[in-house]
Amino acid sequence: MAQFTLPKNSQIREGRTWAAPAGAKNLQVFRIYRWNPDDGQNPRIDTYHVDRDDCGPMVLDALLWIKNKVDPTLVFRRSCREGICGSCAMNIEGQNALACTIGIDECKSPDNALPLLTRRDKDGAVRIYPLPHMPVIKDLVPDLTNFYAQHAAIEPWLQTETPAPEKEWRQTPEDRTKLDGLYECILCACCTTSCPSYWWNGDKFLGPAALLQAYRWLIDSRDENTGERLDGLHDPFRLYRCHTIMNCANTCPKNLNPAKAIAEIKKMMVERAV
Amino acid sequence: MAPIARPNVAQPLSPHLQIYRWTWTMAMSVFHRITGTALYGGTALVAIWLVALASGPRAYGAVAWFFGSWIGLLILFAYTWVLLHHMLGGLRHFVWDTGYGYDKPKRLGLARATLIGSVTLTLVIWLLAVVLR
Repeated sequence: MAQFTLPKNSQIREGRTWAAPAGAKNLQVFRIYRWNPDDGQNPRIDTYHVDRDDCGPMVLDALLWIKNKVDPTLVFRRSCREGICGSCAMNIEGQNALACTIGIDECKSPDNALPLLTRRDKDGAVRIYPLPHMPVIKDLVPDLTNFYAQHAAIEPWLQTETPAPEKEWRQTPEDRTKLDGLYECILCACCTTSCPSYWWNGDKFLGPAALLQAYRWLIDSRDENTGERLDGLHDPFRLYRCHTIMNCANTCPKNLNPAKAIAEIKKMMVERAV
Repeated sequence: MAPIARPNVAQPLSPHLQIYRWTWTMAMSVFHRITGTALYGGTALVAIWLVALASGPRAYGAVAWFFGSWIGLLILFAYTWVLLHHMLGGLRHFVWDTGYGYDKPKRLGLARATLIGSVTLTLVIWLLAVVLR
């Protein structure tokens, strides 16, 4: 049975409020999840004030501004700052996103939210948490060990029986286009950690990211292990825990559609059985 | 690969349901579950009515009186919506199972249509019931 509430050691307390920068006219409040493994305390929410006139437009700019100018102990992952490394995936204003590709103004005006169920802070704060339902390493850094293991489990490499050709494995342009919308995945884990089905069964359900990659190899015209790949997914949990909740497709920062890929795998399962 | 440095203490679980922003498709998925569960009760209502019908005028009279009372009517009204919502949700999932309706405007439209459709159909059915009575 799924546990809908947070365990005792994970319940979040009110943290400290850091002083607003002196003389700033254009302030934006940020409420950020903090957890320090060394102090024996529960997670807390710290409040920061960012001077928008002194800071870039993206959420990552604000995080770096806070780290550089207010609180150097704030911990988060980041690298490329252009949406290709997937490091700065986190939960921003209730939806998973890359901090580097989502604007501070943009994150406050979602286009697919249910207005009645969308909570807002009165001061218009941007709330930032680590990716949902993951063990936390520190502050905004989640432990992705299980996520990577699930990606490895679908064997994301070309598997062939035929002797290797002298040069490369050839593929027609038509077959190559079938990989569009799949190969672009950067494994940021936004989709997988947005999925309620993954929250409740993440130990057994592979999750949208791994399944999108599974489909990427299933429809690759050069791959010769399709049957065994499908056998590996034919399981009540690994594949069929997808209940088309669609949070994965709604949240993907690369605008991919894992839900659609999973539906295609389910269709392949039916097609080979009939 | 270097081993991942994990804290030596019990790691907290990051918040999920508590913080995740509700989307239409997520809400309609939950509604589909809830209405599906509620249908167990609804089917029991149908069974009670059928058993009463087969048992004779006294039993039927009692059940008909209950279903005609204001609380009975309220339960039947809710059951109508639950049944229709679950039916339309089932159709939505059927469309998705064929591989269609996954891109953004379509999945949002289908989710909205489920709720709007079930509420509209429920009102139409009860309006007809009142008019034709």
